[in-house]
Amino acid sequence: MKLKESIKQALKTIWGSKLRALLTMLGVIIGIAAVMVIVGVGSGLQSYMLEQFQQFGTNTLTVTVVGRNSSRSVSVDDMYQIVEDNGQYLDKISPTVQMQGSIKIGTETISTTSATGVSEEYFSIKGYTVEQGRGLRYVDISQRKKVCVIGKYVAETWFGDNAVGQTLKIGGNTYTIVGVLSQEDDEMDEGGTDDAVYLPYSTASRLSGTAISSYTITVVSEDTASESKTAVENALYAIFDDEDAYSVISMTEMLSMMTDMINVMITVLTVIAGISLVVGGIGIMNIMLVSVSERTREIGIRKALGAKERYIMSQFVIESLVMSAIGGLIGIAAGYGISAVASVLITALTDTAIAVTPTAQSIGIAFGVSAAIGILFGYLPAKKAARLNPIDALRFE
Amino acid sequence: MDNVLIEFRHVSKLYQMGDTLVKAADDISLEIYKGEFVAILGKSGSGKSTCMNIIGCLDVPTSGEFLLDGRNVGHMNKNELAEFRNEKLGFIFQQYNLLPKMSILENVEVPLMYAGITGRDRRQRAAEMLESVGLGNKLKNLPSQLSGGQQQRVSIARALVCSPAIILADEPTGALDGKTGTEVLELLRKLNEDGNTVVLITHDNSIAAAAKRIIRLSDGKKIFDGPVDDPRAFATPAMPVSAGGEAY
Repeated sequence: MKLKESIKQALKTIWGSKLRALLTMLGVIIGIAAVMVIVGVGSGLQSYMLEQFQQFGTNTLTVTVVGRNSSRSVSVDDMYQIVEDNGQYLDKISPTVQMQGSIKIGTETISTTSATGVSEEYFSIKGYTVEQGRGLRYVDISQRKKVCVIGKYVAETWFGDNAVGQTLKIGGNTYTIVGVLSQEDDEMDEGGTDDAVYLPYSTASRLSGTAISSYTITVVSEDTASESKTAVENALYAIFDDEDAYSVISMTEMLSMMTDMINVMITVLTVIAGISLVVGGIGIMNIMLVSVSERTREIGIRKALGAKERYIMSQFVIESLVMSAIGGLIGIAAGYGISAVASVLITALTDTAIAVTPTAQSIGIAFGVSAAIGILFGYLPAKKAARLNPIDALRFE
Repeated sequence: MDNVLIEFRHVSKLYQMGDTLVKAADDISLEIYKGEFVAILGKSGSGKSTCMNIIGCLDVPTSGEFLLDGRNVGHMNKNELAEFRNEKLGFIFQQYNLLPKMSILENVEVPLMYAGITGRDRRQRAAEMLESVGLGNKLKNLPSQLSGGQQQRVSIARALVCSPAIILADEPTGALDGKTGTEVLELLRKLNEDGNTVVLITHDNSIAAAAKRIIRLSDGKKIFDGPVDDPRAFATPAMPVSAGGEAY
């Protein structure tokens, strides 16, 4: 007896009791769809986070110096020295000074635009390119010039096309715009990356009266991110002799921490969803057992006509396999549907573009698992059917 | 002997029924030859069903030997028995025992399928067999769409399709009215005339009378074995059998 023939027969039997088959499959359908959606949410969340972190730059370390007491501190030069000393790990450095005062353009006061004091290397650290005019230069910093480079959003919103040469005010001081950066985000938004003003850190520190305490350092390679982080920490520890005086955050490290957390969460949820697959399998086993007793006479007839045990066995196993495989396919379709709806809902409700994307791997595994469930939970009823005594089976009413 | 098809050598069959041991067949010896038309006659509990199960290779004797076509069935395992049934036996049941969800063509294909015959060849053989019992125009019908007599003819076609050595008919007219019953018996007689060996199991004297040889059983023992026209075939002082009989 060929496999194709058995599958055809199984389909016919299943088709013969559609409602029952559908209800039996429901457990598998729900289980598969749930696993797919959960894994999809996980992978969507991960790629969303990756995107967010990449905006910060996964190749950067953020150093914040709090200081222990007034007697010990690090200067900007000290920090530059640390980077130079650890050339095998660290590449570039820029101090960052967040300006608190609001920005005035003409007579308008804007609060969403951020103003940051940075070094001449900051744009290359971040991978920003200058579209018009020029970037910041070493002389701007050393001479504490009142110049600034603005993001595309600021330029377009307030100045149109000719921002370079115009002025804006931060905290009462007037700055000349010397350059405009090209667009960084896919979409320019208020408060986004492109809604920013950059000025020399020396100027920013002097005029805002805040000490320079924050630095962005690029690492030579993301692969050695944690060694790079340790190098900076060791250098700072040597100065302060106190771990609380500074903090070094590696974006790569944070990303992998977050990824690990999400993975744990997804794994736990998947296991929970997997339980429903097992329950679905038991449902299939249950209905197959019912089917075996309903069809006792048929089994008897088939045996009398010369069916060997393994034919009867394979007939029932294949039936259960086909049933759970169909359930699996429906589940995959449902999983896709729910994922699409979930993506829209998440985007609409939370304003974050997390796309629930079922992975090919999870679909493959889901289908494999449903087929395996069919075989596993079909085996026992099939064994029972195959073992039936033909005489008793023929007498069965 | 070359032409011996069925041979019972002191066959006994014991069943455990609760605490008591029931002797369903008690030291039965018999021989059935190729081309015979034999009726095994007996009332309920006589052991005829046990004999049928043994001849049908559905069961094996507790003691004694049963040989079918020269092979000792008692030594076979379940798979060999299944194969042997498929190859040597054609069953005709009282309740037709057709598979209700399959067309009659598919029903007749079942034994061929287990014999490993596939595709077009199989369909053709099954269709030809149905044609020969006069149902060539109903191949796609379900059994439930046919009359009882037609269904029994389907089951006869199914029994014959693998060209078995023996046709084993268990109360083949039991569920039919008198006229269709006679037709079915006529069909069996014709099959016998064509050279088939037919073994008919029944409790009904009038049905058994269609056969050429009668084997009567009572309480698990053979009490008569002889030609149908022997006056002792249907009458014994101990056990008068009425025509109506009781259901098997």
